[in-house]
Amino acid sequence: MDDMKRVVLEYVIEEYIDEEDEDEITPGTPLISSGIVDSFSMVSLKRFLENRYKVSLPDDEATPEAFDTVNSICDLVRRHMG
Amino acid sequence: MSNIGSYEKRLSDFSWDEAKKVLGWREGELLNIGAICSDRVCAAGHGSKTALIWEGFGDRKTVYSFDDLRAYSNGFAAYLRSLGIVPGDRVCIFMDKIPSLYFSFLGILKLGAIAQPLFSAFGDESLEVRLASAGTRAILTTKKHLRKVRKIKDRLPDLRHVIVVEGEDDPANLRPYETIFDVEAAPRVETFDVHPSGPETPSVLHFTSGTTGQPKGALHVHGSIWGQALTTSWVLDVRPDDVYWCTADPGWVTGTSYGIIGPWALGITQCVLDSGFTSRRWYQFIQDNRVTVWYSAPTAIRALMKDGSDLPREFDHSSLRHLASVGEPLNAEAVIWSGQVWGGLQFHDTFWQTETGAIMITNVPGMEIRPGSMGKPFPGITATILDLKTHEPVTDPGKVGLIAFRPGWPSMFRAYWERPDIYRSKFVGARDDAMPEELRKDPTLWYVYGDRASYDRDGYYWFVGRDDDVINTGGHLVGPFEIESALVEHPAIAEAAAVGKPDEVNMEVVKAFVTLKAGYEPSDDLELDIMNFIRKRLSPLAMPQEIEYTEKLPKTRSGKIVRRYLRALEWGEDPGDVSTLADD
Repeated sequence: MDDMKRVVLEYVIEEYIDEEDEDEITPGTPLISSGIVDSFSMVSLKRFLENRYKVSLPDDEATPEAFDTVNSICDLVRRHMG
Repeated sequence: MSNIGSYEKRLSDFSWDEAKKVLGWREGELLNIGAICSDRVCAAGHGSKTALIWEGFGDRKTVYSFDDLRAYSNGFAAYLRSLGIVPGDRVCIFMDKIPSLYFSFLGILKLGAIAQPLFSAFGDESLEVRLASAGTRAILTTKKHLRKVRKIKDRLPDLRHVIVVEGEDDPANLRPYETIFDVEAAPRVETFDVHPSGPETPSVLHFTSGTTGQPKGALHVHGSIWGQALTTSWVLDVRPDDVYWCTADPGWVTGTSYGIIGPWALGITQCVLDSGFTSRRWYQFIQDNRVTVWYSAPTAIRALMKDGSDLPREFDHSSLRHLASVGEPLNAEAVIWSGQVWGGLQFHDTFWQTETGAIMITNVPGMEIRPGSMGKPFPGITATILDLKTHEPVTDPGKVGLIAFRPGWPSMFRAYWERPDIYRSKFVGARDDAMPEELRKDPTLWYVYGDRASYDRDGYYWFVGRDDDVINTGGHLVGPFEIESALVEHPAIAEAAAVGKPDEVNMEVVKAFVTLKAGYEPSDDLELDIMNFIRKRLSPLAMPQEIEYTEKLPKTRSGKIVRRYLRALEWGEDPGDVSTLADD
């Protein structure tokens, strides 16, 4: 697992997952479509990514699909990194 | 022909007894919502009919008949009784939209207890406030949400039982006051001696937010079913062979009045999707289940719109027959868009609130839809617009005032839990010592709850906005006081104000203005920390989506924060009279 995926995964687990369920989450685990992260909470996840990686993620690209897994999140962030 | 037929004809000869006709009611029958929605349907010979099509994330799908509904609700009723729960006790339902939510809701009502459904995304502080206020005796939850309950349990002396209905099967993992009850694994309970409730027996306690103070519990009664059943028939136009989908969560009133009571009282098949929102998933769900009647919310519709008109055309939605919407004003663009996408079917806006228990102003089938309008008062509902200053009914079409209703419709809430003073404050012209039962029967009063609107020359109502500081985000009311109280518990925050700011999808989202304590500096990381602090304590809905650091907050000379001023700036509106603001 690369560093970005590890950081994002740790953040998701820390902020959105009950500690008892940690071992079930992988970079491919659906987050939005499974209901782990709701659409309102996506806003704080997006803010974390922007703060951490110094990027600006356009609202029209920060879709439920793009945020559905740690893998897809990292793809999105990388596209916007300089 | 729709169920309501001619709106004008219904207005001219209306009686709430129409609800009894719709239900095929015979005098002397047991008026208990839990039994009406399950036992009664079975007794009419429809026990094998599908009551619930449930889908979760992934491939999980389960189908339940009305006979299942009857037996599983019996199971919950019997189990709660075995724990010592008695009629009148408040029993909280705190779980996602899993089947046991629906079974337990009916079971609690069969027992004569009061169902207190709460949104499962609530954080521990939101949960605690509502359980403490209601003196809740038992809570039904799942392993997923148990941690939040455990965190607050010791501060809730009235809470005697925590019942885990899913996700835990090892009693060794439980604490002394916790039990496991899996209704589908337990022996099927074929008979239960249903509580002999009547029209005034308390049934459901829904919490709602106001401008000041903590959330209040709006108490409903079993007699509310007359309003819920009739509006389900006449407004949502459901018929025996329909597959109905109400997208609301039963943690909120739409999810109980129209996601449980109305459709099942009429023996309608309904489906539930307990999964995160994506447009594709919703469209697939409609296709797979051949949904015919769809009751949703403007926030969801606008989110679907964002994904464009081509996506829904990838699916077969030919089953759809009627669309309706509730929660906040449905913008004209959404009405027009739905007509374009679904072959002329337009969303019919409906307007009501937690306290009204059922639809009050609406576009009924057959009525000309004026996109952006709330429609007209439901038959039997006397509505008006009151002048903002005099509180007299306005006579000029187009003049903005307060929406008001004559009290007395069947589904009207009967009380704010242990707060008769607040209940009284909602009635224009009420005596200072009037009690709730007098107020709701007094035909000279107007019930006002804080929304502004106007009506046009043809009697259509047009929503304008709230008359107070309550934030309507995604169709859910969020109280600024509750958010501000939580904000100042953050170690960095000295003072805080929460207001609604415009949002394309959710109509409003929360924005917070904060002043920091000495030693703290504004930063992006602090903003994120504050956001997550509120999300976990209250709920994702209450989480500020923007935080503005400020040196000071606008206040009156007596020190009260003037949210009105901040809100006006966010909306680009005139802040009005600012002469009362303190200068320093």
